Amino acid sequence: MMDFPGFLKLPLAGWIDSAVSWIVVNLGAILDVIGDVLLGVLVAFERALLWLPWFVVLIGVAVLAWFAIRKWWAPVLLGGFLVIIGSFGYWDLAMMTLALIFAAVVISLLIGIPTGIAMARSDTFAGVLRPILDGMQTMPSFVYLIPALMFFGLGKVPAVFATVIYAVPPVIRLTNVGIRGVSQSVIEAAKAFGATSRQILWEVQLPLAFPSIMVGINQTTMMALAMVVIASMIGARGLGMEVLLAINRIEVGRGFEAGLSIVMLAILIDRITHALAARQQHTKPSH
Amino acid sequence: MAEEEQGSTQILDADREVCVEVRNLWKVFGPNPRQVVEDPELRNASKDRILQDTGCVVGLRDVSFEVRRGEFFVLMGLSGSGKSTLIRCVIRLAEPTAGSVLINGDDIVPYDDDKLGELRRSTTGMVFQHFGLLPHRSVLDNVAYGLKVRGVPEAERYERAQVYIEKVGLKGWEHHLPAALSGGMQQRVGIARALTGDPEILLLDEPFSGLDPLIRRQMQDELMDLQAELQKTLLFVTHDLTEALKVADRMAIMRDGEIIQIGSPEEVITNPSDSYVRQFVQDASPTKVLTARSVMEQPPVLLYSWQGPKAALQILRDANVDSAFVVARKGRLLGMVTVEGLVRLIRRRGTRLRDALDPDLATCSADAVVEDLVPMVAASRYPVAVVDEDERFLGEVYVSTIIATMIREQEEEEEEEEEKASVEQAEVVDEDTGVTREDSSPTGDSGEGAKS
Repeated sequence: MMDFPGFLKLPLAGWIDSAVSWIVVNLGAILDVIGDVLLGVLVAFERALLWLPWFVVLIGVAVLAWFAIRKWWAPVLLGGFLVIIGSFGYWDLAMMTLALIFAAVVISLLIGIPTGIAMARSDTFAGVLRPILDGMQTMPSFVYLIPALMFFGLGKVPAVFATVIYAVPPVIRLTNVGIRGVSQSVIEAAKAFGATSRQILWEVQLPLAFPSIMVGINQTTMMALAMVVIASMIGARGLGMEVLLAINRIEVGRGFEAGLSIVMLAILIDRITHALAARQQHTKPSH
Repeated sequence: MAEEEQGSTQILDADREVCVEVRNLWKVFGPNPRQVVEDPELRNASKDRILQDTGCVVGLRDVSFEVRRGEFFVLMGLSGSGKSTLIRCVIRLAEPTAGSVLINGDDIVPYDDDKLGELRRSTTGMVFQHFGLLPHRSVLDNVAYGLKVRGVPEAERYERAQVYIEKVGLKGWEHHLPAALSGGMQQRVGIARALTGDPEILLLDEPFSGLDPLIRRQMQDELMDLQAELQKTLLFVTHDLTEALKVADRMAIMRDGEIIQIGSPEEVITNPSDSYVRQFVQDASPTKVLTARSVMEQPPVLLYSWQGPKAALQILRDANVDSAFVVARKGRLLGMVTVEGLVRLIRRRGTRLRDALDPDLATCSADAVVEDLVPMVAASRYPVAVVDEDERFLGEVYVSTIIATMIREQEEEEEEEEEKASVEQAEVVDEDTGVTREDSSPTGDSGEGAKS
């Protein structure tokens, strides 16, 4: 009597299962194309980062840190992080992790920015999308792994796929917020001078929403990094895999080294993208 | 010939072709706005009833007016009167619910986006209350924006923008961002931007409302100078009657989405169509409304350049004054002489009045408002001479008159503050104003003020 009535069972799990199976069976070709694209992007980044000699990457990061942050300690500290990661013997794994993050971020932006623009332009679309984004962000990230695994098998591709799903909401949201936040008086003025909606988008809305979009990019990057460890459970190589191995073998020291490397990578990426985003807000016109 | 031309300027205005014509324009906000326009009973119902019956708010109700080419036309009303909606409907930044807007005889309401864009690019320019400048672009880029939208190449649009940047006095600021400029300067950018496309019609939506009073007056003057030079057709929205009276060739007064009076500023002031307009007119401060023409007086004596100094001195003594204006042939004002000046001239054995002129001379045009005369009388001990365009002497304004006007204004402001609580009741305010004005005696005060 006190138990929840058993006949009210909603067979959602069954529906989802059959939907996923149906997709795997009937949309295999599309999944293959998506998989090829994801793999292509990832492999391109991975090859490039592993091909570059370590000191080139190190100098590149130091220069970027200086350019973004403009403080003397930035290239020293952030470059130092990379040296420490290398000294743990994790250079190649760190580069693979970086490649996975870059690939996921690039794909997230390609999907997220246009989606954010569409969301800003249509209240109906925004209304439909908002709860989906909420769901994507609150759903435990492990849950994405299962369909990703079923769609793309083990390896790098499902890792990128799951990372994109997890990391894309912030850039969609912040693109939407940025564009909606552009002052109506500026848009009205552009209209009054006969600007087309495309001109308004490219010359008014996107430039003015840019600081907000940059914050979105920063957050998306951090989300992608957070997903990397989890994605290693389905076979993505990198620092996450190392953590996972250390947990399985209960090797505290090794786990700590790998974990610390991820933390330093996170700080490095966050400080640089954050500073770039902040810099955009004070940009002077070009002439 | 010359006289005929002068006398017929008003008639010429009426003959000029119509540039913008608004016919039976409606704007209704809310669900299914057309039901209000199409239902013959609702069309004439009160705003409140329409809101109750349909949930619709009437923004503009059956508005019609026309603006002639080269005319400075002002739409005036309090906030919520529909004036901003109306000016937006003219280039369809707001979509009219019914009615037509004819620009150069062509109804633009059925235009599709392409034709509408073309109209906005080629024929109209607009200035906004909140400037609407692109914050991430330089002043130069902002001014050139209209040309960029048209696809004019960069070099050409910068060259043309530069002309108008200099016209509005912003030379040297081209490469600054708008945020580095004061409000008044930002609005100059807005005006330059609207002018750079060389539009026939300029729409200005409360362009000066956000500026402080001193800058506002200066900007009005500059806009009028620009208008005299460029001869655009101007549609200007304001809630400030003083501003409307100053700049308008003709004005329309709006209330609750309807136009309740159209006419020249003089017509509106002298013949307010109802109590609403009357109250509006009463609120205008006299120093800003009264012109030199309306407060000037004829001097007791006037000297002529061909009179000798001794005769002139005698005339002044007979009239018991110690200074007088001197005019040449055709009434052209030469200057003023004082008793002291004449005495000195006679001692030097001079014969020509010209040699005794006091350099300390203040003149103004007949259209100058009293407020503009204040700095002049502050600098001069003598009355201000009122002259026409040909320097002909029309009359003089005494310091005491100006001060009396200012005192009257101050008293009214004080009353206004007392009455603020009951502003809604127009008739009550009217009575009170009359009563309080009788109690005070501004003439006594003004006499003292004139001496000091």
